[in-house]
Amino acid sequence: MLTKRIIPCLDIKDGRTVKGVNFVSLRDAGDPVELASRYAEEGADELVFLDISASEEKRKTLAKMVRDVARAIDIPFTVGGGISSVEDVGVLLDNGADKVSINSSAVRRPELIRELAQRFGTQCIVVAIDAKQLNGEWIVHLVGGKVPTERRLFEWAKEAVERGAGELLFTSMDHDGTKQGFANTALNELSKLVQVPIIASGGAGTMNHFVDTFALGNADAALAASVFHFKEISIPTLKTYLQQHKIPVR
Amino acid sequence: MSVVIIDYGAGNIQSIKFALERLGTTAVLTNNANVIREAAHVIFPGVGEASTAMEKLISSGLDTLIPTLTQPVLGICLGMQLMCNRTAEGNTKGLGIFDTDVVRFDTNLNVPHMGWNTVEGAGVLFGGIPQNSHFYLVHSYYAKSNGNTVGSCTYGIPFAAALAKNNFYGTQFHPEKSGEMGAQLLKNFLAI
Repeated sequence: MLTKRIIPCLDIKDGRTVKGVNFVSLRDAGDPVELASRYAEEGADELVFLDISASEEKRKTLAKMVRDVARAIDIPFTVGGGISSVEDVGVLLDNGADKVSINSSAVRRPELIRELAQRFGTQCIVVAIDAKQLNGEWIVHLVGGKVPTERRLFEWAKEAVERGAGELLFTSMDHDGTKQGFANTALNELSKLVQVPIIASGGAGTMNHFVDTFALGNADAALAASVFHFKEISIPTLKTYLQQHKIPVR
Repeated sequence: MSVVIIDYGAGNIQSIKFALERLGTTAVLTNNANVIREAAHVIFPGVGEASTAMEKLISSGLDTLIPTLTQPVLGICLGMQLMCNRTAEGNTKGLGIFDTDVVRFDTNLNVPHMGWNTVEGAGVLFGGIPQNSHFYLVHSYYAKSNGNTVGSCTYGIPFAAALAKNNFYGTQFHPEKSGEMGAQLLKNFLAI
């Protein structure tokens, strides 16, 4: 049986993890390779690296980090953040990334999705969508949820898939950081609308939130950062808990 | 006793190279027919679209070379699909090594089939691997089960997750991305 995936997300700047992590046993908590290896050993199903660096020089650092991670871990990983061209994606995949995620660049120029899908295959193109509710409507936002766009979540999700997205990563800005659970109503609606896997993001606080996003939100995967980094939830314990609640996991 | 990964411009071959390095094996990436023929083991990877990948094989003459190889050959993902008779993706004629066809998932489930699924395996590739171990897959087309099937997986319907015939082997899943069990499978292949 296909299992539901648990995906820790690591924020990266200049080749280092930025959010504080609470792994006391790590020699270097800022080393993405060491943290990634730890998560892989603990049973994470996939990893997402979100690069928040900007300059060209720092992009080269990212390529090297991707290579080091690919060398170290034996589970798939996605790299996102600031990707805006076929060349950007080529460099990351050549260095061993399995998938890339695009966000703002796809909203600004939706043709990019098709260009990437044709060149690299839909299976490695994740379209990340940040959205929050304004007057009862889910509106797509850019720049980490700061800038509203004209686009509505469900229309954009459908268009992204039609253009070649192989997977969607939906972050509810209304839920992100609240630790009150995922946006399950919107996730469920998304899952009915498109026929690609959906990664739920934003709102993880308890193990029950993961059960809910799989059972009620019909998500294929759930992504979280701080609950894992700060050891509030350990992945092996979460997997056991999910199993007890009849959610298929590895 | 060299291991060659066929490099024909189709996909993420670094990951396979790194997975072999983790097992202490240095692989050579090449499309040179002589180097491939001399290798002790050959890995035939592939990611992307079938007809484009097949064109690349044909333009480098690898389409005629691969079926004549006599050492152990392992096709991974699209590599395995191209070793079949025919694939519906781009209506592409395959290498005809495995006597089966590749078709698209016709299902109300999500396509691509993406993530970790259980595989019921048998034979030399699956030595030391418990039944129903999880492997990582990402694909929209699948090889129909036939007499060459040595690993079976179900996504709506059962399909061939692993094939074997004489010195030829194939896995639909990515052993290089399938944790410990994937590493064991690669180790088993290298021991053939």
